[in-house]
Amino acid sequence: MTQQMAPTVVEALVAGPSGGRRAPRGGRRWGPGSWLLPLYVVLAFVFLLTPIVQVIAYSFNDSRRNNQQWQGFTLDNWANVCDQQGVCAAFGMSVLIGVVATVIATVLGTLLAIALGRYRFRGRTAVNLLLFLPMATPEVVLGVGLAAQFLTVGVPKGFWTIVIAHVLFCISFVVVTVKARVASLDPALEEAGRDLYGSSLQVFFRITLPLLLPGIVAAALLSFSLSFDDFIITKFNAGPVTTFPLWIYTKKSVPAEANVVASGVFLLAIIVVVIVQVLQARRRRRLARTP
Amino acid sequence: MAFAAFGGAAARAAAEPAPLKKGAVAIGLLAPGVAYLLLFFLTPLIALVFTSFEQPASSGAIGAYVPGFRWQNYGEALATYWPHFARSFGYALIATVAALLIGYPVAYFIGVTARRWPLLQSLALVLVIAPFFISFLLRTLAWQQILGTNGWIVAALHGLGWLGPNEGIVGTDFSVVFGLTYNFLPFVILPLYTSLERLDIRCLEAGSDLYASPATRFLRITLPLSAPGVVSGTLLTFIPAAGDYINADQQYLGSPNTAMVGNVIQGTFLNSQQYPLASAISVALMVIVLVIVAIYIRFAGTEDLV
Repeated sequence: MTQQMAPTVVEALVAGPSGGRRAPRGGRRWGPGSWLLPLYVVLAFVFLLTPIVQVIAYSFNDSRRNNQQWQGFTLDNWANVCDQQGVCAAFGMSVLIGVVATVIATVLGTLLAIALGRYRFRGRTAVNLLLFLPMATPEVVLGVGLAAQFLTVGVPKGFWTIVIAHVLFCISFVVVTVKARVASLDPALEEAGRDLYGSSLQVFFRITLPLLLPGIVAAALLSFSLSFDDFIITKFNAGPVTTFPLWIYTKKSVPAEANVVASGVFLLAIIVVVIVQVLQARRRRRLARTP
Repeated sequence: MAFAAFGGAAARAAAEPAPLKKGAVAIGLLAPGVAYLLLFFLTPLIALVFTSFEQPASSGAIGAYVPGFRWQNYGEALATYWPHFARSFGYALIATVAALLIGYPVAYFIGVTARRWPLLQSLALVLVIAPFFISFLLRTLAWQQILGTNGWIVAALHGLGWLGPNEGIVGTDFSVVFGLTYNFLPFVILPLYTSLERLDIRCLEAGSDLYASPATRFLRITLPLSAPGVVSGTLLTFIPAAGDYINADQQYLGSPNTAMVGNVIQGTFLNSQQYPLASAISVALMVIVLVIVAIYIRFAGTEDLV
């Protein structure tokens, strides 16, 4: 589902609030009652976070009979996750596919972003359209299209067909994310490198690439999370391979071990995001201090 | 440039700094990515159109089709499955509007009200993104449990007499729209946040200096300035929601009466192997979505959006 994620998502995730913008003065002047908006926001967050709490809570459910109702607290599910048939294999498969798809999508997308951000060439509009269309196409259509083509050509579905499908929906998002970074790059820095007799390759690897890196990292993280959680396009192109979402889908009653894996991934991701935010905040403060 | 429609204010704010260079390098940079998209995006779409016109093989075996020009596939697709199309676009529309109504105040709070507290702003952003990090299927199943017949919400509604004894929430139009709204809410909040975060408070101050009421300030200043966020947020919700079929799946929040186009495509393609029919439905879905998106961008957008 997460195929159509805005570049703004990544930007918000990695850059955090830009700071330095004027705060509204005098709380009471803005809006009817200063408590109404915060209350509304709190309720919205309760709505957003309730299922997450539920998923994590049920990872501790003593669910030998069923995981539909609360049976009692246990740590068994966490201690013996892999005892549940197939869950760890599916998780490993999702990670592997995510890594391979992310590497390919990030490389292809970054090259496209640099070309679009830096060079003038004929057929620009066509390339932009070619990148926009996958984002404007419902995922189920992308999935069926690829599956129909694999069927026609006679390619057996499996690991690589899933990777191909995932790279397809990740590329556009990588391009949008990295392109924003290319656009904000100060060309004077590259010129300085050339003035100091740096070769084009040296300039690229010593100046351009490090400056683009935050954008590229954000794009890679986005690609991985899109790939890891994808269900629809994977369903059409998986064949005998089982990813984590596909494994969940095959279960009539989802065992608590699925909740354990999902909760573990969730906690890890939150930790990564918090670290990135802290690093960004420190960097901003450091930049603010230098005159 | 069509991209900007998805980038919200972010893509717009980037000025054109460096003059574009000319060069053969561009070809080298473009070639792999463009080749990939031609091979695995454009070719499959063309193949899909061809498949959608195929006719059954004379052997009559399941899943066996030969090339042809059976345009009736489209007639059958629309005649049989028009309720699913109607549901898909109806659900997606309601969910998009609902997500906008829920998400706008949240984005405003994070982007404008919370400016004085950067830490609160960062925390709120992490919480908005948090649902992305936990499995989409499990989140939807969690709602199924919460809204299900054994949940306290249904019990409370039964107690109040608002629901009949045999009525539930899961499996209704409401639960599917609810799930779609929930699952795509962050996609509305984040682009809106990026737009509102750039809102210059002095514009609002100028408005109130000129005796504009809060409602007028919102309608004449805040809303127009956040329009790019509204456009990209609604597109990011509407398109995937129209093609989604997990929320409407019988194992999740749906029932046979809530099946959307995606459910039909999965059933006809993967289960009954009616490839031409599934392809015709998919092509129809894509064409309708693209037409709606094109009209919407033209209607809502300035030159920045197209």
